[in-house]
Amino acid sequence: MNKRKIIPSIVLYFILCFTIALVLLPLVLLFVSSLRPGTELMRNGLNLSIDFATASFKNYRLLFSGENSYFTWYKNSMLITFLQVALSLFLSACVGYSFAIYEFKGKNFFFSCVLLLMMVPTEIIMLPLYRLTVRMGNIDTITGIVLPYLVIPMLIFFFRQYLSGIPKDFLDAARIDGCSEYGIFGRIMLPLMKPSFAAMGIYEGMQSWNNFLWPMIVIRSSSHTTLPVGLAGLITPYGNNYDILIAGSCFAIVPILILFICFQSYFIDGMTAGGVKG
Amino acid sequence: MKKIIDLFRYSQKSAPYVFLFPFIITFGVFFIYPIIDTIVMSFQKVAVTGNTFRGLGNYRILMNPVFFKALKNSAFYTIVTLCLMIPVPLVLAAMLNSKLVKGKTIFRGMMFIPALTSVVVAGTIFRLIFGEMSGSFANNVVGFFGYGPLIWLRKPVTVWIALFLLCLWRWTGVNMMYYLAGLQQIPSDLYESAEVDGANFIQKFFHITIPMLKPTTIYVLTISIYGGMSMFTESYILFNGNSSTNNVGLTIVGYLYRMGWEQNNIGLASATGCVLLGIVMLINVIQLGVNGAFSKRNAA
Repeated sequence: MNKRKIIPSIVLYFILCFTIALVLLPLVLLFVSSLRPGTELMRNGLNLSIDFATASFKNYRLLFSGENSYFTWYKNSMLITFLQVALSLFLSACVGYSFAIYEFKGKNFFFSCVLLLMMVPTEIIMLPLYRLTVRMGNIDTITGIVLPYLVIPMLIFFFRQYLSGIPKDFLDAARIDGCSEYGIFGRIMLPLMKPSFAAMGIYEGMQSWNNFLWPMIVIRSSSHTTLPVGLAGLITPYGNNYDILIAGSCFAIVPILILFICFQSYFIDGMTAGGVKG
Repeated sequence: MKKIIDLFRYSQKSAPYVFLFPFIITFGVFFIYPIIDTIVMSFQKVAVTGNTFRGLGNYRILMNPVFFKALKNSAFYTIVTLCLMIPVPLVLAAMLNSKLVKGKTIFRGMMFIPALTSVVVAGTIFRLIFGEMSGSFANNVVGFFGYGPLIWLRKPVTVWIALFLLCLWRWTGVNMMYYLAGLQQIPSDLYESAEVDGANFIQKFFHITIPMLKPTTIYVLTISIYGGMSMFTESYILFNGNSSTNNVGLTIVGYLYRMGWEQNNIGLASATGCVLLGIVMLINVIQLGVNGAFSKRNAA
């Protein structure tokens, strides 16, 4: 590196490190505060001061003691996320495959429908969707949460993009060998799509794991509550649950953080899919 | 019988529709039907005893100061987030993409961490950072500069600081990643020939980087408008429920939620939904018209 470039690079590193510090600050605040007693949190909110005389993992011990519904919420969230990811990946892959491979009547029309679905925020139709869920008898059930979000336009778009690069002769060869249309999809296409499943699984998993408004509307009983809804319910003006709230928030990040450290590139691919290619 | 099944299994005519079937069902039942339902209900008085048509009555009631406040809040939030969430990640991405920086993966990964937290957790963190008590972190900071403790979440200006910082914190990493991907697609000979012509890095940034990133910017713009206009959870968590002092944090979706669930005024909530739908579609049409993305996408 020549002399002329030393100063700019120092400036760059300084700005970047400063940004990283700002980015990590709220999480550090959360962790430091999780070591303080709940009543103290109520009085002061989050801050950096740490008193070693009172700092302890007591909040976490309380969290793991099983005297609260935290792990029921955790289990529900995991179950819903798993169901949603598995079903929406498969069904959206079918739809994306149809758009990418076949020429059929109404293709453009249906694809415009996908784009329309992408453009309209689901919050707009929350109320009729809720009334529909009531009529179907799916209130306060996992089915009610998962059912409206089985085919995700974003996923269709991504799979279509991903599969459109596959040469069509490949399919004809399989057809000549006597493979049925569904056999081609199941035996040839699904294995080919594995890398895109990883990225899209993470995308959909994050959406589902963090979803708040719809589960809050659908769920009635505490035994079906998901993690975000449960945590949000702990925020009260009286602050009597702050010990569990803070420790629980911390613990809600940990598994995703571990997954992220292991599969960083999949996460980034998944969560930023559709960026420039669209 | 077997012959018919075989005919079906090998038919290239019916297969696309079979694969499309899940979409057609979901689109019809969970999108088109609710949209029609919400439009119909917006002209009705909805009650347990039966719905009665009331024409534009709901829309007339909707034109009230609280609704306009919600509309104004959502619009303001969207516009300011656009002004923040495009330049900041763009500049950060350009810096990170510089040849002078080593350890890109680590920087990139760390910037991305906030996006992993749920809105609920992020909102909780920011709610407690911007606590009213003098011991909260935000008050520690302003205290350091000699200002008294502020009641952040109840005053119009400070509320927005908290909301924008929350948005900036959660989304900068994601938008930066879009821009990094975009930057990698700019051919390096463009920069080389600019260097030969004696362009400095500011000129290169404004005359090559920004124009070449236009597709990425359009995408970020689209998702930011979408996210901004439908913002609800951030404000819900920050204000511990849907009611904030003087409605400082009320958004359109918040108003819809208040009407539909808290006040059980289905007709008015539907009218709110229709207005939001109209706004979103209008923005989409303008945006697609301006950027000409519609024709391009259909051709692809």
